[in-house]
Amino acid sequence: MSTATRSLPRTVGAHAILLTYTAIALFPVILVIMNSFKSRAGIFGAPLTPPTAKTFDLIGYTTVIGQGDFLHYFQNSLVVTVASLFFVLLFGAMAAFALSEYRFRGNTLMGLYLALGIMIPIRLGTVAILQLMVASGLVNTLKALILVYTAQGLPLAIFILSEFMKQVSNDLKNAGRIDGLSEYTIFFRLVLPLVRPSMATVAVFTMIPIWNDLWFPLILAPSEETKTVTLGAQLFLGQFVTNWNAILAALSLAILPVLILYVIFSRQLIRGITSGAVK
Amino acid sequence: MATELMAAETRAKRPIRWHVGVFLAPAVLVYTAFMILPLFGTLQLSLFRNIEQSQVFVGFSNFRTLFGDPNWSVNFWNALRNNVWFFIIHMLVQNPIGILLAALLSSPRLRFAVFYRTAIFVPTILSFVIVGFAWKLILSPIWGVAPHLMDFVGLKSFFTPWLGKEQYALTALSLVSVWQFVGIPMMLIYAALLSIPDEVIEAAECDGVTGMAQFWKIKLPLILPSIGIISILTFVGNFNAFDLIYTAQGALAGPNYSTDILGTFLYRAFFGFQLQVGDPNMGAAIATIMFLIILAGVCVYLFLVQTRLRRYQF
Repeated sequence: MSTATRSLPRTVGAHAILLTYTAIALFPVILVIMNSFKSRAGIFGAPLTPPTAKTFDLIGYTTVIGQGDFLHYFQNSLVVTVASLFFVLLFGAMAAFALSEYRFRGNTLMGLYLALGIMIPIRLGTVAILQLMVASGLVNTLKALILVYTAQGLPLAIFILSEFMKQVSNDLKNAGRIDGLSEYTIFFRLVLPLVRPSMATVAVFTMIPIWNDLWFPLILAPSEETKTVTLGAQLFLGQFVTNWNAILAALSLAILPVLILYVIFSRQLIRGITSGAVK
Repeated sequence: MATELMAAETRAKRPIRWHVGVFLAPAVLVYTAFMILPLFGTLQLSLFRNIEQSQVFVGFSNFRTLFGDPNWSVNFWNALRNNVWFFIIHMLVQNPIGILLAALLSSPRLRFAVFYRTAIFVPTILSFVIVGFAWKLILSPIWGVAPHLMDFVGLKSFFTPWLGKEQYALTALSLVSVWQFVGIPMMLIYAALLSIPDEVIEAAECDGVTGMAQFWKIKLPLILPSIGIISILTFVGNFNAFDLIYTAQGALAGPNYSTDILGTFLYRAFFGFQLQVGDPNMGAAIATIMFLIILAGVCVYLFLVQTRLRRYQF
């Protein structure tokens, strides 16, 4: 029927454009990882070829692991991300359930209030957030970051989750009520397991900006004990401007965990975006 | 007795539903304490000034300084101009490329579609630190990857150290940011294109509307709401950007402030740099201006764009 839209030149053209752009998207990442396994001579002599037996060298990695306290930074990032994620998902799901399940005065207004944060970035409140953290003695603690990231993640989480919670069957919840289950049991035992797939989507959306953030670690927790990987990498790269082996190795170490997580969760992420959850 | 019973019954029918409050409380408390109150606290701080260790109300004097005092205004207008250019590049380059890629990806029976969309989205998940530094290395004349690549297509003579030249640095960094974020418009438009029902496309084909004409006349009007959304997302993201510039060029946004945008200007005003001490009140004033710009953009979108876009229900 529609041979015109699937003609050969058109398909070849589409693949050519997509392949070119895929190359542009992946080239810098591959280039950095490839060169991180080379000696200095290899990096400058033949930057575009993969490491050979002659140019293979792990000097960059040994420098990074010897110099920087990367394992510790990594642990900090992990603690902050996992804790914030836990609170965003728990509090977000609870609020989304209240908004989508119960009718009460001010329901719509509360929904709008909580949605404000989707459009207005939390970063604009930094001056007052820092004052608040100084006053409560939370500067240079991971708690400060966890609280800020929880607040930052909640609006979008509530917005997406309440859309999904509206789809959970009312009959099921009412059956639970007739059986004498409390509202809390209905939420934790019936509703939460049913919205698990959308929780995964929200988790991925929440996680990426937290893991990658530079602004709040730089301002709220720049001390040696509380540095996150992103901030640690930034400072490390600044110090080792001339040691290309170390820089490339540090970049690769920063890329790899995110890349591995992405490959595992990309289906969830892409399904989340394309299911129209973000409107 | 009977009335008492009835009263008790109605009370039992509409008890105070504590659980609603319990479900809402944690989210509302954290969100209010760490997002809404600091936001208003910042707006309020912009009207005060620290005089002899105490905060004194000074009205709009901080804003007069920001717009009028040459020590501040030169940098402020420069940052604002740069930010507008940063946004224009995103709108002109990122969103059309995103739409093109989405249109190609959504063509029926395209092979490797999953591979393409996964690969093209990779830069979006990387942190600014990685992106900024990786491109700094690639564009560096010391390493020579960029001139080497340009040699392949015979353009080597056009190479200059873009990040080091005042007239090119901002555009180069905007394009790096475009490279990173092109995945977001691509995905959102892709989703919108997939949701167009087959009947509409078939009807168009029966009427002989195919290929490019089909895209312009049938699909584009249907995805306009999504284009509206990516525009406002780009706007908010751009006027709030900081990390990429800070990573690639430092807090001074060199060369000679040519890549300074509102985010880096706010950082310098708030924390100080080199000889200048940080000034929370001026920082708050800049954050307030950013807030107003973003609010204006969101309002334009909500009240002017979104209400006029025709939505189609299938």
